[in-house]
Amino acid sequence: MSEPPSYPSIDPTTFDLVVVGTGLPESMIAAAASASGKSVLHLDQNKFYGSHFSSLPILELTSFFNSNSTPLPPSSSSTSATSSDDYSVVNLAIRPLYLDVEISSFSTQLLDEHSNKFNLDVSGPRLLFCADSSIDLLIKSGASQYVEFKSIDASFVGDESGKLWSVPDTRAAIFKDKSLSLMEKNRLMRFFKLVQVHMAAASDRDEGNENQEEGKESEISEEDLESPFVEFLTKMKLPSKIKSIILYAIAMADYDQDNKEQCKDLLKTKDGIARLALYQSSIGRLTNAPGAFIYPIYGQGELPQAFCRRAAVKGCIYVLRMPVTSLLLEKSSGVYKGIRLASGQDIFSQKLVLDPSLTVPSPSASPLDSFHESFQFLCMRDVKQKVARGICIMRSSLKPDISNFLVVYPPQSLYPEQITSIRALQISGNSAVCPRGMFVLYLSALSDDAHQGKKSLNAAMNALFTCPDSVNLESSCADQNENAELKPTLLWSALYIQELATGQFDSISFTPMPDGNLDYGDVLDSAMKLFQKMYPNEEFFPDTVEHDDGLSLEET
Amino acid sequence: MHGRPRKAPVPEDEAASAAKAEKLRALQSQVLSNHRHKIYTEEALELSTRLVEINPECYTAWNYRKLAFEHNLTRSDSNPNSVKSILEEELRVVEIALRQNFKSYSAWHHRKWVLSKRHSSIEKELWLLEKFQSADPRNFHAWSYRRFIAALMDRSDVDELEYTQNLIDKNISNYSAWHNRSVLLSNLMKKNVEGFTEKDEVLTKEYELVREALFTDEDDQSGWFYHLWLLDQTVKAKSPLLVSSWPAHGSDLILFQDRCLDASSSPFNIFQFDSGTFPLILYFSQAVEGVNSSTVNVEYGSNLNQGLVWKPLSTYKSRAAQAWITQLSFPNADLHSLEAYPVEITVGHCQGIISSSGFHYSQSSHFVFTVRVQPVKKELKEGSGVEKISWTDENFYLCEPHFVESNLVAWFHQLCLKNEHEPVANAWQVKIIEEEMKHFCMLSDCKIGKLTLARLLTAYDALMSSGKLVHSQEILGLYIDLMKLDPPHYQYYKNEHSVVLLQQVMSSRESLLSRCFHYRDLTSSSRGYPMCLRLNKLSLSRIGSFAKLLWVQMLDLSHNELQSIEGLEALQLLIHLSLSENKLSSFTALEPLRQLKSLKSLDISYNEIGARSIDTTRYLCSSPLSNSIGNEWEQDRILVDGVSMTNYWEAFFVLKGLNLTQLDVVGNAIADENFTLFLVRVLPTLKWLDGVQLNLF
Repeated sequence: MSEPPSYPSIDPTTFDLVVVGTGLPESMIAAAASASGKSVLHLDQNKFYGSHFSSLPILELTSFFNSNSTPLPPSSSSTSATSSDDYSVVNLAIRPLYLDVEISSFSTQLLDEHSNKFNLDVSGPRLLFCADSSIDLLIKSGASQYVEFKSIDASFVGDESGKLWSVPDTRAAIFKDKSLSLMEKNRLMRFFKLVQVHMAAASDRDEGNENQEEGKESEISEEDLESPFVEFLTKMKLPSKIKSIILYAIAMADYDQDNKEQCKDLLKTKDGIARLALYQSSIGRLTNAPGAFIYPIYGQGELPQAFCRRAAVKGCIYVLRMPVTSLLLEKSSGVYKGIRLASGQDIFSQKLVLDPSLTVPSPSASPLDSFHESFQFLCMRDVKQKVARGICIMRSSLKPDISNFLVVYPPQSLYPEQITSIRALQISGNSAVCPRGMFVLYLSALSDDAHQGKKSLNAAMNALFTCPDSVNLESSCADQNENAELKPTLLWSALYIQELATGQFDSISFTPMPDGNLDYGDVLDSAMKLFQKMYPNEEFFPDTVEHDDGLSLEET
Repeated sequence: MHGRPRKAPVPEDEAASAAKAEKLRALQSQVLSNHRHKIYTEEALELSTRLVEINPECYTAWNYRKLAFEHNLTRSDSNPNSVKSILEEELRVVEIALRQNFKSYSAWHHRKWVLSKRHSSIEKELWLLEKFQSADPRNFHAWSYRRFIAALMDRSDVDELEYTQNLIDKNISNYSAWHNRSVLLSNLMKKNVEGFTEKDEVLTKEYELVREALFTDEDDQSGWFYHLWLLDQTVKAKSPLLVSSWPAHGSDLILFQDRCLDASSSPFNIFQFDSGTFPLILYFSQAVEGVNSSTVNVEYGSNLNQGLVWKPLSTYKSRAAQAWITQLSFPNADLHSLEAYPVEITVGHCQGIISSSGFHYSQSSHFVFTVRVQPVKKELKEGSGVEKISWTDENFYLCEPHFVESNLVAWFHQLCLKNEHEPVANAWQVKIIEEEMKHFCMLSDCKIGKLTLARLLTAYDALMSSGKLVHSQEILGLYIDLMKLDPPHYQYYKNEHSVVLLQQVMSSRESLLSRCFHYRDLTSSSRGYPMCLRLNKLSLSRIGSFAKLLWVQMLDLSHNELQSIEGLEALQLLIHLSLSENKLSSFTALEPLRQLKSLKSLDISYNEIGARSIDTTRYLCSSPLSNSIGNEWEQDRILVDGVSMTNYWEAFFVLKGLNLTQLDVVGNAIADENFTLFLVRVLPTLKWLDGVQLNLF
């Protein structure tokens, strides 16, 4: 940022839609709008695609965090609106979305040799359910032709001793599981079958087959559907170990469902079984993916890029390294008219979608009342919640013979005050996120404050790794390779707290920050809602003849 | 492939298949012409390749290829390279054909044929099988080919067992894998391969494996079949055993030529035979062949073994039967002496008795009884004719308690052969069954769990074989639950229930005696009748426990739900039988009666004979081809004295050889005037028909 870059000038200067930031929701909206025939300008201040959904080499990741963790000093023209000709100009600020970024390197050699061979996810861990609606959207939009996927081999539940118990998520897995008793196996499988019968009956009903009288009794009652999932599981006589597996490793609940005071998101039975059904229908849906999840090769940053390429094919104009400095508002009404770029160029559009890291500084200083009113909403979209994330690099797998897998630490599994579940995803070099022979582990946990979040991550790391400090790294690595039972040693780690922010819609819309979920369901949902509010008469990706090539996904 | 629905053809497909058929016919005639003219050129072969690629079922083309293959092999002068290429080409063609139709018998056969020529490497075959079997893990062609290849490669059974384990791990519903496992394990145990020498250890491990599968998904059938196989391996004695006999071991028989029985003497060891001979019946644990005068030795006074003819008692024209009979003559003794003649029988002292599954009767059994002949007291019998038996309750009297005490204690113990060589249940068998019982109690809320528990309890009681049925009440309860839970299989559960119920009745002296009655018809002269066993009103659908019923002469099975009386042929002493008020639906179901030559009175009233036009019972038990009806049907009997017999040929077949004096058929759809006429013709000895004395001449 030391020397002012030379910015290209953009022509034309008027668009239907300007999208700032190339994160996944922004890219989906840009692609959807382009597919609907809108003229779209898609900007990003960074030199890479993906924004908060990008996958970056070590150094870029570090500088991305740095630039997003401290509030930038207000630009010289100050926060207040200035007037120019016909418009009032409101300066935008970048707000810090990452707090307490802690990067530790235990092997400088690693960074020197391989630093560019990493594609580290900014918002990991994140996966796609094979039966997810996001897969359908990838196929429908045609974006799937630009991404290849790798199957996640297994799921585990972890405990404080570092032991990983495989999640009995299929009949074959239940059969092979050594830790479940016979009755536990029986109860669990019966529960799975109950859910299958219920979902099948429900979908039959949706298709209008009302004459399902005999099936009725095997369905789950309306009353049970509205009750907390955890209570329904108890009613089904599932032992607590299995309840925990279903709640946290299959339904992916975040908060301790047994602790009603602390639980901010008590899962209802109907939602619980819907998630269970999603998980189960994911297994075996894609021919080469035996498990429930897939992960994009080269990292999740591939997904926004795929949508951007889709958008570009439909005529969307892309300009990277182009920060937006201010908004242009009509003087009299305060209505949005356009943006001013760092190049000084003014671009006009009907609609504007902004990346969540952009913000309009506190309106209290504003001299304009109308401005005050119309922008109040922009300041109220923060959520108190935060998500603690971690990225770890190691030279050996946490579990011998398995490269890519998910680990869930249910609430209280690591320490008594642990109120949210912690998820960890190991991705190996065979998914091209790191050099071959190395492994990346992504961790996340919801938390109210930074301290609590870091505590969760550290607890999981302590269970999984040998403590890296005080160890002579290079020699100990060699020792450990001889004994596969030993926990791997950490080579590099980044721990950080990410703010959560929901999306907002108005003449200026904001996309949400990456949520704390494992999947893309809510991301897709919010992008779709935003799009539909902007363009109520347009379909979110109209059906085209082209999407036949989407089938290529199934074969990868 | 499994689980893929067939699609209905659409018109375009039909047009396409017509075109394909046209092309196929042309190709076929070309290949056939080449075949006729023995043309084995490359071009000719290519044509046949194209033919089998389109239609792998065209076996003539494969045969042509076999000839061409051999022709070309001879021409190659065993040049290794050309031999190799001929073989590889042949295997490649089969592979393509198999891809076209994975289930083509001809193609699989051709592949086996090529490989059995032993020229080619078979390494690739396993790899190919792996691919085919992952596409359809339950294809039996692939499985049988796999066994062929494994044998050809000398691949160890242990490796193959490991392979079945892998497939089962992937999908516990893979019935083929479970089946192959049972085949491999039988082999390994038979060959005493290291690690498979201790049957109990092997079985215990298998029980553990299948238990995991059954508890994981109790709705899956594959595991249950495997469990049934294991249970069979655990409890089933392979060698047949002699279970009981008549006369029983240690019994003391009093024979009469012809007289009235004195009611005060014990009815259990006094018998009346008109013929001067009395039967000797052996009853085995399974159907056996080879019972004859060399395998069974009968020592009886001066050796009477010579000339004894043993007959199997079987409904079907089979040489194997569970029950065998021979006739012994009365001892040639002074009729006034009342001297006891010992009879000693030794069974299986030399080899020859063999079960239908091929196992030999291994341990010889020995039993002894004595015979006395009571002098004949001629009474005026001739004119009074035969009295009518009336099966009403008023005519039956329970045996008096004092009588029970005095006569029956010893007798009851004789009922079943006290077999000193009867194998004592091994501790491991009991342990395994106990372990399984413990586990399946937990699954007894599902039907197959209940059924398995019932089978385990039955097996346990049989193993303990103390005669006490510890669990019979529990077993009966399980079958009653099952009948409610699973109506489609009601009849099966009902049959099993009946068998257990009958075992229960026969298992203790008290329960048996509560069913033993004297018959005394007040309207008749107090002629002595044999003890009547009344197994009426038990809602039996099937009969069993024949081994304990060999002595019965008068049997009341009325008011049950019998559809079949299979096995009843073993009760050779039966004189009076009531099957009234059952569900017998045809005379074919009564076929066992043909063998009961002593039968005098038969009550089959109020059944369903003739109610159904098609008799399905014929096909239930065995192949219709093995049914003996029809063989003895003589054309000239079709019309006898103006009565058409064609309508009654089944009745004719069953009744013809019997010397019945009393028959009750009222209450059956078949009974009408014509049938009455028919019966009178077929049964000249008949005195009473449906309670009415026949006006003879």
